[in-house]
Amino acid sequence: MSETTLSVFKTYKLYVGGKFPRSESGRVYEVSDSKGQWLANAPLGTRKDTRDAVLAARAAVKGWAGTTAYNRGQVLYRIAEMLQGRREQFAAEVALAEGIGSKKAAALVDAAIDRWVWYAGWTDKVAQIAGSSNPVAGPFFNLSTPEPSGVIGVVAPQSGTGFSFLGLVSVIAPAIAAGNTVVVAAAADAPLPALSLGEVLATSDLPGGVVNLISGKTADIAPTLASHQDVNGLDLAGAIAAEGPGAAVELEVLAADTLKRVIRPAADQASLDWTNAPGTERLLSFLETKTVWHPMGI
Amino acid sequence: MSTVAAKAPGAAGGGLEDVAASEASLRRFLHGLPGVDAVGLEARAATLGTRSIKTTAKAYAIDLAISMIDLTTLEGADTHGKVRGLCTKGRNPDPTDPTAPRVAAICVYPDMVATAKAALAGTDIQVASVATAFPAGRVALPVKLADTADAVAAGADEIDMVIDRGAFLSGRYLDVFNEIVAVKQACKRADGTSAHLKVIFETGELQTYDNVRRASWLGMLAGADFIKTSTGKVAVNATPPVTLLMLEAVRDFKQQTGVQIGVKPAGGIKTTKDAMKYLVMVNETLGDDWLSPHWFRFGASSLLNDLLMQRQKLTTGRYSGPDYVTVD
Repeated sequence: MSETTLSVFKTYKLYVGGKFPRSESGRVYEVSDSKGQWLANAPLGTRKDTRDAVLAARAAVKGWAGTTAYNRGQVLYRIAEMLQGRREQFAAEVALAEGIGSKKAAALVDAAIDRWVWYAGWTDKVAQIAGSSNPVAGPFFNLSTPEPSGVIGVVAPQSGTGFSFLGLVSVIAPAIAAGNTVVVAAAADAPLPALSLGEVLATSDLPGGVVNLISGKTADIAPTLASHQDVNGLDLAGAIAAEGPGAAVELEVLAADTLKRVIRPAADQASLDWTNAPGTERLLSFLETKTVWHPMGI
Repeated sequence: MSTVAAKAPGAAGGGLEDVAASEASLRRFLHGLPGVDAVGLEARAATLGTRSIKTTAKAYAIDLAISMIDLTTLEGADTHGKVRGLCTKGRNPDPTDPTAPRVAAICVYPDMVATAKAALAGTDIQVASVATAFPAGRVALPVKLADTADAVAAGADEIDMVIDRGAFLSGRYLDVFNEIVAVKQACKRADGTSAHLKVIFETGELQTYDNVRRASWLGMLAGADFIKTSTGKVAVNATPPVTLLMLEAVRDFKQQTGVQIGVKPAGGIKTTKDAMKYLVMVNETLGDDWLSPHWFRFGASSLLNDLLMQRQKLTTGRYSGPDYVTVD
C-alpha cells in the first residue's frame, strides 16, 4: 500500500570540521520558501558554533595549503562530479529558495557545477598569475610566489540572481582553490542549499574543516568572524549595506583591528547576477606573497 | 604500631595506624575497600561535566585554573633555555595583560631544577621536579632515592614520584608503601623542612577503578601530600572518572583521619572546558577547601594557552587565536 508511505523529513545540520553537528545552542529556526511556506528547520548557529568552526578551519589549514595545487584541483573537480549526481535535489532547493521555476533553477545548478570545474582548473595557475620573477640589482634570482592567507570568513550572498547556490559556490570555490580554508555564514533566509552542499563536500575527498557551513543569524555569525583574531580574511559578499550589527561597515571596522584582508560587498546586491563570469578578484584576494632571494651561481 | 607505619604522617589517626604493619594487613585493608561502581562513577563524572559556567563565574574559574597549573615541560629535548622561557611564561602568562595570575609551579626534570629555581627567584612559584626515574620508575630503590635527594638539594619545592606499578599490579603493596615512605624521607632538607611529595599512580596502567581506589589509599597512608593521576607519557592520562574517584578517596581519607591531601590530574587536559569540568568536580566532591593551588593542581602545558585565549575573549569580547599566545 504505497499511498500510506510517510515521507521522512530531513534534519538539516551544520557542517563543521567534516562532521554534521547540531547547533551548540540546540536551537533551530524556521526556513520558508519565497512565498512564506514552511520548508524545514535549520540549525540556529551561534557565536560558539562559529568559534568551533574557526578552530576546525585553522586545524585544516596546514594540510590543505600543503597539498599540491594539482591535487587541490582534483578535489574541486570531484566536488563537481558529486554535485552532478544530486543535481535534481539542488535544483528543487534552489527553486524554492529563490522562487524561480524548476528549469531556471536547474540551469543555475548546472552553472554552479561548471563553476567548480572552472576553479578546479585555476588551482595550479594561480601561482603563474599572482607570482613573478623579479629583476633585481644583484646576482640573485628573485621570485615571488603567492601563498594562501589561512582562514577566511565568508558572508554568503543573500540576494541577486542565483545567490542561494551559484553565488555560494562562487564565494567558497575561489577561496579554497587558492589553498585557504573557509567558515561560511550561510544566507540566513535561504540556508538549505548551503547545508546540503555540506553533504556533497563530505563525500568529495575534501579534508574535513576546509569548508565549514554555519546557518543562523548573520548578525551573530558575521561579527564573530570579523572580530575573530584567528581569521585572516573576510569576504563580505552578502553583508547588508545598512547600519546596525552585521552591516558591512561595522564588519569592516571589526576586521580592521586585526588587519584582515576584506572583500567589500557590491553596492547593489539585489541586482547582482551570479551567472556572470566571476573574474579573478576573489581568487587573488586571499593570498600572501612570499619573495625569495636565491643566489645566482655556478 | 610498626616502625614503618609510624613514619607515615598520613596514618596518624582514624584507626589506620596498623594497616601497614604487614603485607597481609595492608592487603586486607586495601582489598576491604568497597568496590567501585564503574557505571555510577562514569555517569556522575559525565553529569558534573555538563555544568554551564558563564560570565563572572567563568572569569573566576579561568583565573583559578591558571593559578593551579603546574606548567610542565618533560621532554628529552628540554634545554636550559626552554626551561627559562617556560619560567618567564609562568611568571607573566599573558604579556599583554598583567592582571593574569601566575601559575602555581613549574614542573621539570631533576637536572633542570637549578635553572628553574634561578629563573623563578623572587616569586612564590614553586619548582616541582619529577623524580624516581620518571616516567617508568624501573630502577633500583637507591637510585630513586638518590634521584629524589638530588632534586631536593638542587632546590625543588615539590617532588613528583612515580609508584612501582609492577609491584602494585602483582600485589606487593607493602613494597610500594615502603618505597613511598623512603622517598618521603629523601624529600627532607637539611634544615628539617621537607619538599612536598606528589605520588603519581599512572592510572592508565592500573587497569581497574578498584585499583585506582586502592592506590589512592595506599599513597595517602604512606604519607603523600598530593596524589596525581598520570605521568602524561602513556596513552590514557587523567580522565574525569578517575579523577573523581581520587577526589572521593581524598574526601573519605580526610573524614577518617582529619588529614587533607591534594589532588593533581595530569596529562590530556588541554582546554578551558576540560579544566572547568575538573573544577566543578572538586567543588562538588570536596568543596571550597580544595579550591586553591595548595590542594588542587593541573599538570599541563598546552592548557595554559587555551585558558589565556579564553581570558582574552572575556576581556576584549573577541575570540583570540594561537598567534596571540606564546609558542612553547
